[in-house]
Amino acid sequence: MRVTVDQPKCVASGQCVMLAPEVFDQDDDGIVELLTDTPDTAHHEDVKESAAVCPAAAIHLAEK
Amino acid sequence: MTETTTDTAVDLPQHPSPRATGCPFDPPPALHALQSTPSLSRVRIWDGSSPWLVTRYDQLRALLGDPRVSADVNGPGYPHRSAGQKAGSQSRRTFLNMDDPEHARIRRMVTAPFAIKKVEALRPSIQKIVDDLIDEMLAGPKPVDLVQAFALPIPSLVICALLGVPYEDHDLFQRHTKVIVKRDSAPEETVAATTALADYLEELLATKQSRPEDDLLSELAIKRVATGEMTRREAAHMGVLLLAAGHETTANMIALGTLALLEHPDQLATLRGTEDPKTVSAAVEELLRYLNITHSGRRRLALEDIEIDGQVIRAGEGIILAGEIANRDPEAFAGNPDELDITRDSRRHVAFGFGVHQCLGQPLARVELQVVYSTLYRRIPTLALATGIDQLEFKHDGLVYGVYELPVTW
Ligand code: SF4
Repeated sequence: MRVTVDQPKCVASGQCVMLAPEVFDQDDDGIVELLTDTPDTAHHEDVKESAAVCPAAAIHLAEK
Repeated sequence: MTETTTDTAVDLPQHPSPRATGCPFDPPPALHALQSTPSLSRVRIWDGSSPWLVTRYDQLRALLGDPRVSADVNGPGYPHRSAGQKAGSQSRRTFLNMDDPEHARIRRMVTAPFAIKKVEALRPSIQKIVDDLIDEMLAGPKPVDLVQAFALPIPSLVICALLGVPYEDHDLFQRHTKVIVKRDSAPEETVAATTALADYLEELLATKQSRPEDDLLSELAIKRVATGEMTRREAAHMGVLLLAAGHETTANMIALGTLALLEHPDQLATLRGTEDPKTVSAAVEELLRYLNITHSGRRRLALEDIEIDGQVIRAGEGIILAGEIANRDPEAFAGNPDELDITRDSRRHVAFGFGVHQCLGQPLARVELQVVYSTLYRRIPTLALATGIDQLEFKHDGLVYGVYELPVTW
């Protein structure tokens, strides 16, 4: 799985960080930052859930 | 002007419609009926206009995420909630009623304190606030009104600390906030309350500018007002928004959530019996979904023609997105979504809205509710309603749903 984030779209809701703190973080203004773009399979479900709940559609997933 | 045939129909359902008598938690039965019709519906609202009403979960998410859908309250055709709300929202401009890119620019000025790590760092002080209030309640007379003694002070204390507003002034802003969120406030009343609050915050911002502290108002005063990026009035309106949104919503979730749990003893027992943060967090999400206290819907305006599931919403038409019924959509939630089940996976609920306007304070609300729900019922295991549920008065007229008073004993 490959993850990309679209920072200009992010509205700092923090939901991705709450669901997958191993993959997502926030900068000083609360805007999403990616910790890894190829998360462990163990985190795939949480990453998928993050993409599904992200209100701004700022998280994109692709199969590697 | 384009006029469609449905526009002239006289027998459109009135919105909002009443909830069923006897069941305070379920959305109005009329909404259920509309959700089961295959197409989008039009409704008649207070000013005689006939906006679209969106009841399905997938449609609600699609439209709230669509940049062709505007939150600008000044657009003709915008479906206001009431005359008071119309006057109030048009008298001040906040990021709530702006569209991107302006919305994003302004909203980002206040997102910093709501980042997950910053909010998590507040958890111990929120826990202390909750514990102290429970100590006070236990030491005092009973029955007691849970709203005044517990539900309202918690978010109020927290948002005051975050903004840097002296809590000693809470009488003043709670009084004005009450007027702002009441659906039937007269336009003059809403404007007067908003102005009074903005005056108060403007003065506070001036003080912070000369003597900054470690809080959000100081940051706005120094980084935005002093630099000329924002006027002090604009910063004050932002403060009004955060102050009002910060305590009205969470306070209602605490009181109404407690009532819902008391009415579902098996669910309450599960919650009381756990120390697992995941179980508590799931319970909070389920209660957010089930109660969906922002029951007057998100209001929007179509900027362009938008086709959705074979129907077209024309440019200039109003849209009401009814989260309270979308959160009960059987297509979106497993099991029976009309039942409260704290073990359900409800994370995809839309109680905080969806799209770029989704609630900014949600991380803070979540932590407050998690602390409350994991503490109150364990510390007062015999907590019980001190009156019949039929004696309670519900905020049918409010922007946010809840109970006015919740007499409890133990
Ligand atoms: S869930 Fe989306 S909007 Fe929220 S912080 Fe993550 S990327 Fe940003």
